[in-house]
Amino acid sequence: MKVIEVNGLRKKYRDRFVVDDVSFSVEEGEIFGVLGPNGAGKTTTVECIAGLRVPDAGTVKVLGGLHHAELKQRLGVQLQSSAMPAKIKVWEALDLYSSFYRDPADWHALMERVGLTDKRNTPYAKLSGGQKQRLSIALALVGRPKVAILDELTTGLDPQARRDTWELIEQVRADGVTILLVTHFMEEAERLCDRLALIDAGRLVAVDSPAGLIARVQDSQHVTFRAPAAFDTALLTGLPQVGEVRRDGARIEVTGSGELLLAITTALSSAGVVPTDLRAEQATLDDAFLALTGRKIST
Amino acid sequence: MNKMIITEAKLFLREPAGPIFAILLPLGLLLGLGSIPGFREPSAELGGQRVIDTQLPGMMVILSVATMALSALPAVLVTYRESGVLRRLSTTPMPPLRLLVAQVINNVAVAVLAAALLVGLGNVFLGVALPGNPLAFVGVFLLGSASVFGLGLLIAAVAPSTKSAAGIGSLLMFPLLFVAGMWIPREMLPTLVQRIGDFLPLSPFAQALRDTWAGHAPQPLHLVVMAATLLVTGALSARLFRWE
Repeated sequence: MKVIEVNGLRKKYRDRFVVDDVSFSVEEGEIFGVLGPNGAGKTTTVECIAGLRVPDAGTVKVLGGLHHAELKQRLGVQLQSSAMPAKIKVWEALDLYSSFYRDPADWHALMERVGLTDKRNTPYAKLSGGQKQRLSIALALVGRPKVAILDELTTGLDPQARRDTWELIEQVRADGVTILLVTHFMEEAERLCDRLALIDAGRLVAVDSPAGLIARVQDSQHVTFRAPAAFDTALLTGLPQVGEVRRDGARIEVTGSGELLLAITTALSSAGVVPTDLRAEQATLDDAFLALTGRKIST
Repeated sequence: MNKMIITEAKLFLREPAGPIFAILLPLGLLLGLGSIPGFREPSAELGGQRVIDTQLPGMMVILSVATMALSALPAVLVTYRESGVLRRLSTTPMPPLRLLVAQVINNVAVAVLAAALLVGLGNVFLGVALPGNPLAFVGVFLLGSASVFGLGLLIAAVAPSTKSAAGIGSLLMFPLLFVAGMWIPREMLPTLVQRIGDFLPLSPFAQALRDTWAGHAPQPLHLVVMAATLLVTGALSARLFRWE
């Protein structure tokens, strides 16, 4: 079942389309990523989905077409540049937000789950970045949403806090919440998302699984090794998986696709060549973004 | 909604400097200035009234209302907008308007408390008569406060930052208090200044408060100007208020 359907979405700020004809749909139970560089229009896209902005063109259908307060009952949203009052305590924030929903989760259990029970009396302003994010996730989940929209969740967190947050999101999904994750962070997208919408300069570039996107990169496999001077590269250039072979002294560099590493080792062993210092590298989402848009995503 | 009001009240009391200032400054001025012998003599300029009869206590009530409405309220609301509290709230089923209502309730409560203390303690310590027309006095207080809080909401609506809210607040507050007779009794101001003041929010409020304190009925013009201020500022702030 599709829980989010976005069709031909356009949104203009001051004569410039920051979202320009974006379409995708999110299936129930997915972690769906919206990935793109800063300023690509990701946040505006999810703001339209969350009912916070009115699209200039196109349609957005969430949970079969809910609107306004009814939509907000079923949708948990964690947005960038939003905050709680400085002096509100963790438990007060959870208690207050749970009172907004018809059928709220038990906020005590939620507080335990995001690991904030020992911070229950700490004012918001005194929480660390990671703790604020965890509170923010808990607040997005306190209404027992069907869909959670999480925007740039791990920006500014240290690596450990980031991994903890990722684990938390996987648990939430395991409970049956569909997650729309906005990120400009490749590793996060690759680790968490079932499918991704790549967005660049307001336009949708591709929608696919992380592996599917990477597979679109031509010659996405990269193998290097050292071989004896007598080694003839013609042995490899004929293989269907091989794209290009370069030689730099004893070092051989091969790019190609498919089962490149297996094809090379098989060919080498049948020719009786023993490679040393053999390495294989895969293309990343970064490479995929570069291949699809001509620019690097990370700055 | 109740939880919202309670939570906002708790948060409000965790930053007590503003409300304490809005209560203690007018109270201290009333008791301090009210002890000066000259202010306790009948004055020809005030038509035979003493300064402590209605001029001083009336202005002190206005001062506390103006402090809460034009300075404290916009500061909190603009901070909430600036830091993203209103944006966070707008993603929930709770209309952010309720937060505004909760905040207005808090600030009005302080203004009411300050007025009650000014009337009560003024009576006990200085012998200031209790309002002679109590029903009309309360009515004028509520209408006048509503109009000044409307102006405060308008400041919160248009001020782009906490700093500019504070700036606009004091820029409005001091001239408005001046023409209302804060430093020089209105009766001693030039006629032109008095006339201009009649159509600004604080002077009609101050005059109606003094009239009802002295036991008279408020003048219709004053009530009309207060009501019109409330309508205009209310409508404008509803139109201009930005949640982020």
